[in-house]
Amino acid sequence: MPESVPVKLAHALRDRFAQLAVCLAAALVCAVFVWIVSDLVRGGWAHLSWDFLMDSPRNAGRAGGIGPILVSTVLILLIALMTALPLGWVTAALLAEYVSASSGFGCAVRYSLQVLAGVPSIVFGLFGNAFFSIYLDMGFSILSGGLTLACMLLPILVSTAESGLRAVPDAYRLSAAALGLSRATTLFRLLLPAAAPALAAGLLLGIGRAMAETAALLFTSGYVDRMPGSLLDSGRSLAIHIFDLSMNVSGGDAPAHASTLVLIVALLLINMAAMRLTAGWQRRKIVSE
Amino acid sequence: MIWSKHNISSPSAPADAMQVDKLILWLLRGGGSIVAALVLLILLFLAVESWPALRHIPAGRFLNDPSWNPAERMYNLAPMLSGTLYAAGGALLVATPLGVASALFIAYYSSPRTAGIYRRLIELLAGIPSVVYGFWGLTTLVPLINQLHPPGASLLAGILILTLMILPTIALTAHAALLAVPGEYLRGAAALGMSRWGMIHGVALPAAKTGLMAGIMLAAGRAIGETMAVLMVTGNVVRHADSLFDPVRTLAANIALEMAYAMDDHRAALFISGLTLMLMVMALAGMAGWLGRNPHA
Repeated sequence: MPESVPVKLAHALRDRFAQLAVCLAAALVCAVFVWIVSDLVRGGWAHLSWDFLMDSPRNAGRAGGIGPILVSTVLILLIALMTALPLGWVTAALLAEYVSASSGFGCAVRYSLQVLAGVPSIVFGLFGNAFFSIYLDMGFSILSGGLTLACMLLPILVSTAESGLRAVPDAYRLSAAALGLSRATTLFRLLLPAAAPALAAGLLLGIGRAMAETAALLFTSGYVDRMPGSLLDSGRSLAIHIFDLSMNVSGGDAPAHASTLVLIVALLLINMAAMRLTAGWQRRKIVSE
Repeated sequence: MIWSKHNISSPSAPADAMQVDKLILWLLRGGGSIVAALVLLILLFLAVESWPALRHIPAGRFLNDPSWNPAERMYNLAPMLSGTLYAAGGALLVATPLGVASALFIAYYSSPRTAGIYRRLIELLAGIPSVVYGFWGLTTLVPLINQLHPPGASLLAGILILTLMILPTIALTAHAALLAVPGEYLRGAAALGMSRWGMIHGVALPAAKTGLMAGIMLAAGRAIGETMAVLMVTGNVVRHADSLFDPVRTLAANIALEMAYAMDDHRAALFISGLTLMLMVMALAGMAGWLGRNPHA
């Protein structure tokens, strides 16, 4: 058939073109990633020093360091994790081991988590301001910021822990039932230890999410950049510090760059540790089966 | 779930174990109830705080007032609504082809090693905080756009930054959807002698269509609700944008900018915009979930 040659040629050309387009898109994304990271590293490296990490900010952050801000960030994180971890893991155990997905209660909890995962962080900020800061009278404080963050972290903690528990082979549960272990013993001695790497990975992802958050903390934990004296003091998190320096403080670019670098490095380390945990865990599971 | 209906533990301590089991079950149920109640609590508080304005300002005024000027009791949210939709829509238009192409690259065009590295890069991109994207946009992107067409802080900058932020969502969900395409479809296509693009265009993408759509909905929700990055690069002028180079203000940015000093009706109006955002995102998440459950819709 003479007409099939040009058709074939056109197909081959189209194939080549598609391949080129897909590879170009991937290259573009890589290039932008490298651009962003190199920009941030170049901008922040010169200003970064041990003193910068330890000192208090002076002159609205233009001089000095980020010591108290790191302390506030860690305190907010601790509050958020101490509230969200028990609640999240309890819910994950409930969803994975106790209620079936089709029951009304299971559906309600699941839908609720799905909505929570989608709620914009600024809306969490509004809620935290209205509920924790004003209704519960905590004011602008590390406590109300941490509790607001805890609400945000729940979906990610639950989903990672639940998938970890579901990945534990059913043989474990069968053996435990055959040995006559109670459900509580099975859960605490067998299933939770077996799912520990997934729980740890979820914990790390949660820390990363919490450190990255800005909008939810603007009206809950506040702007004050002094060293916090108690949990009821306002404390500025690292992300808010970056925001404030770059938007509201003229001449704050150098410390903002350095703070950004600190935040990015911390987040990269946390994310890579989480990836390694899940990857190693999957590999071990595949080998052991 | 595999459990004997009645506990078959040793006869010496069955009562104790049963008690503990029951206690734990109630504890777990309590935790689950708190989580389920949280969404209702959030909606309740948003509604309670918006109520003062909803009660004595007719709903039409939020779209028809002459301007947004809370000091003179003018509450026109329409320019912010259009800003939000332009920014999110533009970002979706750019990010969808890039994200789907990234997923295709991982799934069909690269060696496993390259695919692993590229996937990790996308995951790291997803982990960069919005304030960092905003800061980078402010220090790098805005000056660049300013050279092109002043004033750099514009709808275009917002669209580009949002594109970067939602691209990982689209790429990762699209990749998951492509992985879920049954292998026999692809082998069948290969056996028919289809070219690689023919296979992708004719078999893989149609089979993964609903998964792709669900991912795009999730990304749309993220784009609509994104606050800090957009706030830092779009210039925040309240008016309808005529071109890509005009500054805009989004609903979320408006909340972040004015919440600090808002009182009474002004504060309630901000809560109304928050409630609007939440309902939009809930609808999008609901649609994404529905698509996920009905893959052949």
